[in-house]
Amino acid sequence: MNAIYQRRRRRNTIAIGAAIAATAIGLGWLALVLGGLFWHGLDGLSLRVFVEMTPPPGASGGLRNAVVGSLIMTGMAIMFGTPVGILAGTYMSEYGRHDRLTSVVRFINDILLSAPSIVIGLFVYEVMVRPMGHFSGISGAVALAIIVIPVVVRTTEDMLRLVPNSMREAAAAMGLPRSHVFRHISFRAARAGVVTGVLLAVARISGETAPLLFTALNNQFGSININAPMASLPAVIFQFALSPYADWQKLAWTGALIITLAVLALSIAARLIAAPRKNS
Amino acid sequence: MALQAGGMAMDTASRVRALARFRMGDALFRQITRAAAVAVLILLGGVILALVEGAWPALRTFGVSFLATQSWNPVTEKFGALAPIYGTLVTSLIAMVIAVPFGLLIALFLTELCPKMLRRPIGIAIELLAGIPSIIYGIWGLFVLAPFLQVYVQPALIATLGDVPGIGYLFAGPPYGIGMLTAGLILAIMVLPFITSIARDVFEAVPAVLKEAAYGLGCTMWEVIRHVVLPYTRVGVIGGVMLGLGRALGETMAVTFVIGNAHKIMPSLFAPGTTISATIANEFTEAVGGLYTSSLVALGLILFVITFIVLAAARYLLLRIEKRSGG
Repeated sequence: MNAIYQRRRRRNTIAIGAAIAATAIGLGWLALVLGGLFWHGLDGLSLRVFVEMTPPPGASGGLRNAVVGSLIMTGMAIMFGTPVGILAGTYMSEYGRHDRLTSVVRFINDILLSAPSIVIGLFVYEVMVRPMGHFSGISGAVALAIIVIPVVVRTTEDMLRLVPNSMREAAAAMGLPRSHVFRHISFRAARAGVVTGVLLAVARISGETAPLLFTALNNQFGSININAPMASLPAVIFQFALSPYADWQKLAWTGALIITLAVLALSIAARLIAAPRKNS
Repeated sequence: MALQAGGMAMDTASRVRALARFRMGDALFRQITRAAAVAVLILLGGVILALVEGAWPALRTFGVSFLATQSWNPVTEKFGALAPIYGTLVTSLIAMVIAVPFGLLIALFLTELCPKMLRRPIGIAIELLAGIPSIIYGIWGLFVLAPFLQVYVQPALIATLGDVPGIGYLFAGPPYGIGMLTAGLILAIMVLPFITSIARDVFEAVPAVLKEAAYGLGCTMWEVIRHVVLPYTRVGVIGGVMLGLGRALGETMAVTFVIGNAHKIMPSLFAPGTTISATIANEFTEAVGGLYTSSLVALGLILFVITFIVLAAARYLLLRIEKRSGG
């Protein structure tokens, strides 16, 4: 074997080794993050966490108001955001597939998809909190809804595009108007995909903190008034984790574990629903 | 139609009515969905307008010097964005320096090396990293990563690299644990999945014929990657990197936990600093006085403009590669 050949082989081995090592480190990192969460958060996880309110420092308690607040705001955000997202995605795939408007909206939507969420919080502060004069759960929900919209637009359009055109043509040939074609044909075929999109959107917003900090703020009482400041899991984690009190830090870890488990469950569920479609 | 007999005429009439109803329903639905699509555009326009309006008092007071001054003093109401901008850029740079090679190597592993059976589970596991909320990385970074860096990594770096002329100042000062380097590391973990998944997608789009031809000439796997796969996918990879960069620039909660929040530009990577998003997250609810709030909104506007440009460039590059592969 000559020197050049050996050098090429050596380089190849190094590259392969580096690729394997990088993957191992990436996976190891995931394991470290999850491991840390379980290590610090698991023993705090009990029914009490869901039943008792967030405590003052030094006392024991749970995260009930935070969990309830998160559920309310997430639910409302999905309620506001999903219809807009689905309709917009429908236009882009069914009516305006070759429109200029569609390509512009797709471009803008992709940017909104990765836009910094704290900017969304500032936006909602400017247009809702400031005119209303106080923080409120409803403005938190609106901020989250703005994050939901691009996710749902994207998946709806993608999924409707996967529906074979021959199905639409067959329906149209039978005389169905277009609105019926996509309500009864396209949507039925793409339903699983659209549900996946909504689940992913829920996963995305259930951990969002930045847009809630100055819209919903926080609330240590069990308020479910959407016109008043409202607690949420991420905001409580933020407050408790940075506090000097050990009890609060413990609760923050437990809250973090709850969110992570919920998010992982949602994204795995979304994948399971979407998976059979991908193969067909 | 007038020639048709009674029953038929009724039928026709109802059919015409039904048709008209369909047509109207169709037009209505078209307009509704179109309005929703336009709403997405309005949303972006609204965000920009609201930010400009909110930032106006600060921009009018400080002018261009807002971008170039370091002072951040709520008492004397002197605000400058230089320190947060510097922190944002430096932490993102650290993140990209770490995440880009790792992301590309993982993508290469997944497309070229990985046994078929493991491909999907490993891919999903990496994508799960992307699904973990920012605040989780924050709490983990603060309580697990920062102490580890403080005790083991930073003293070692100070001892070894701290005296190297030229770069030594980057590794000077006491090891706090939290600071620019820690924030950059956390960001690297967070953007890694974005870079990996886009790189994997574009690597998979390389026609097998090209790779086979290179293998046929006797190229090693590395040579195929280096001289066929990477040149072919360059545009897409850059697009993916920019997308990751856009994420890193705007990331808030994770950074807020570990950056240390100091409005000062310090040369050392171990020193605490701040980023645009961390400043807003920390100070916005406590900001009193119109100018203070407005300055924070102005920071948000700057952040939005920077990320908008980066993300738009990323999308443009990715669109180009999509068009080429006819996707």
